Amino acid sequence: MADSTEINPNPSVVQSRPSIVVDFDGEGDDVVSNAALDVPEARSEHLEQSAVFAVENMNCGGCMRKIEREIGLQPGIQHVRANLTKKRVHVVYDVAQTGTDLINSSLEGLGFQTHQLIEEDESSVSGDSDLLRRLGVAGFASANVMLLSVAVWAGLASDMDKVSMTLFHWLSALIALPAIGYAGQPFFRSARQALKVRQLNMDVPISLAVVLATGMSLFQTIKGEAHVYFDASLTLLFFLLIGRYLDHAMRSKARSAVQNLMELKSETAALINDDGTLSEIPTRHLMPGQKVLVAAGASVPADGDVLSGETMIDEALLTGESEPRLVGKDDQVYAGTINHTAPIQIVVRAAANDTVFSEIARLMEVAEQARGRYVRLADRAAAIYAPGIHLIGAFTFLGWMAFGAGWEQSLLVAISVLIITCPCALALAVPAVQVAAAARLFSNGLILKSGDGLERLSETDYVVFDKTGTLTLGRPALQNSDEIDDEMLKRAAEMAAASLHPYSRAILQVAEKRFGAVTPLSDVAEYAGLGLSYIGDDGEWRLGSPGWCQILNEPNTGEDLTGPGEDKKSILWLAGPSGDQVAFHFIDPLRADAVEMINRLKSRGVGVELLSGDRRELVRSVAQTTGIKLWSGEMKPDDKIKRLGELENTGHRVLMVGDGLNDAPALSAGHASIAPSTAADISKTAADVILQGKCLLPIMDAVDIASRARTLSLQNFALAAGYNAICIPLAISGYVTPLIAAIAMSASSIAVTANAMRLHLRDKERTSS
Amino acid sequence: MTALAWLIPAALALGLVGLCTFVWALKSGQFEDLDGAAYRILDEDSIPGDAIDKPADQE
Repeated sequence: MADSTEINPNPSVVQSRPSIVVDFDGEGDDVVSNAALDVPEARSEHLEQSAVFAVENMNCGGCMRKIEREIGLQPGIQHVRANLTKKRVHVVYDVAQTGTDLINSSLEGLGFQTHQLIEEDESSVSGDSDLLRRLGVAGFASANVMLLSVAVWAGLASDMDKVSMTLFHWLSALIALPAIGYAGQPFFRSARQALKVRQLNMDVPISLAVVLATGMSLFQTIKGEAHVYFDASLTLLFFLLIGRYLDHAMRSKARSAVQNLMELKSETAALINDDGTLSEIPTRHLMPGQKVLVAAGASVPADGDVLSGETMIDEALLTGESEPRLVGKDDQVYAGTINHTAPIQIVVRAAANDTVFSEIARLMEVAEQARGRYVRLADRAAAIYAPGIHLIGAFTFLGWMAFGAGWEQSLLVAISVLIITCPCALALAVPAVQVAAAARLFSNGLILKSGDGLERLSETDYVVFDKTGTLTLGRPALQNSDEIDDEMLKRAAEMAAASLHPYSRAILQVAEKRFGAVTPLSDVAEYAGLGLSYIGDDGEWRLGSPGWCQILNEPNTGEDLTGPGEDKKSILWLAGPSGDQVAFHFIDPLRADAVEMINRLKSRGVGVELLSGDRRELVRSVAQTTGIKLWSGEMKPDDKIKRLGELENTGHRVLMVGDGLNDAPALSAGHASIAPSTAADISKTAADVILQGKCLLPIMDAVDIASRARTLSLQNFALAAGYNAICIPLAISGYVTPLIAAIAMSASSIAVTANAMRLHLRDKERTSS
Repeated sequence: MTALAWLIPAALALGLVGLCTFVWALKSGQFEDLDGAAYRILDEDSIPGDAIDKPADQE
């Protein structure tokens, strides 16, 4: 039937690409041409380069040690450093002796799942250490100033003369002024930014209290008076910086985890140069009109048109459709889709940044706006709290003035009020709760991307799922393996080993389970969209669609075998030369714990719905198996958004769980969203929480932890409110000096932080019991 | 008073030494991998010329 001259005799051969080395120092050209590296002797000097690898399953000290030792012993490796917190390995190597491909494969040889990170995000690291340095300075200064203050306070009671007191004050000022100027910058900067747009945030009263207390103390020092409170401003800064640092560390940890995941996808593209050579460049540097080779099994780097070659493209991430699509010359392919059958050359149509489907990007933007209106719990409280503090402070000052106290005393009392109302619950307790929650989520395989995501998650009461890749695994499995005899299965597997089509992989998987290793047949030809052909000694074997296998009288047994949700598309035939025929049925299996999770959600009274872009019959069968009553199939991205909008209008707060590119707008539109780590990059960007691993049950943990975190945050607000209710009247009436205010403020900070840590404690009790 | 003249500078100097050590530790990347550091202490033999001598020296 087919003309044998068109057949590529061994499709698997084409996968191996010429070895390519990319320049990672980030300077100059991104491409070191292949030719230059063929003659390493030409460059006599050692060319050092560094590369970063994300290693997903590096979980313990043993793994870390193994990597450093084994990789460090390889030729050309000059420096290896594993980072367990970030799950990354930093390697400095000699280009002449080794390459990143080699390092990558040796890491894989050690049993680690790894991939290279093209660009390491350094900004979060420097932000972390910047805050930590300020924290260190504030800690040093507050301890030393406190030391001097204690001497002064003790001296007041005994016989310290005025000269030594003033000396001590000047010493304090000498330490405190530069330290406050340095350590307080994050707050001053944020306050200035808020004031610039005529708004009040929590940093405004903080900055005001610190600046006023410092200025007042300096004034008193110069005058040689006793009311000097450098210690108060420094302790205040020290505690607030702890909160700020915790918040920052949590976010940068999440960011690096997300980045490890994001770069899992094809981040480089094999560019075909004008002279026909190949070079590897980062996907985002692709320009329209460039030619790119997409190997079988790789994902398409950019939107483009097929120049040559014919293949099956898996667009499940894009459309939710589980069946691969046949593309040939001049057909359009989309970034993020996966090339299954044969290598193709494409002409890039849109540059990498535009490629992400202007339509989907536009929908996301609109959806994001709705979420942008969400105000964090702490900010909502701050909106009421901050103006209140300023008013109370101002009235205290004016009141004392009106009652005839001097302006100095009035200002001192007002400063005490500002310090005592210092919003530690907002600045410290909420971040502390979120850090504890994020750590719990992390150990359950969930990556929390932002604090407000956690808050929104705790408010949801309705869950909408996507089907392909979310409730199901997103790849087919052989359903009727029991009905297929060994001989036929073996033959099918031997042929299937040559193909990357998901059905072939599924057959191979079952066969390997039954027989152990399968020796692939050579000379298997793959015809995109039709199937495989093998000419053996006994004649031609064909594995593929009914038409390809010339199943003319498609037997009705097929109808009997298929369940209600299946259609003929998910059937593959194997036809032998002697007329043997056997059908292989495939389904996209549910994740193992999908049904249990749906049941648990329903038992809590949470609404559950299924929205999928896949064909109706398939969606119906999944809905029936999992017991979801509300479902719709063939939903386009804007249909999904519309449905989410309806739900929001009826008062539901929707948690969207999905993975595909077609889900990305819906993930942004949902009140909160979760995406599995296998999801498209854009969906992971849109989601609040990323789910690692194959289980769905952690979603339940996410909801649990989020709601407990919310309870704790509210308790902290209550604690802080109670503390303020007692202390503010005392402060207004002048019974509290700034020093006592600072100590009381610290005590309340410790109380709310300890309360936040209960999230951790209770969880440990639960897991140990 | 003469005691104060050297006691206070001594106290401040000790504090400063602490602060400088902290800043040095920060700069040399000792806070970059807190989870890993817990295990590294158990690692008795390191490869000569290995990373441990020069942690994260690219700033």
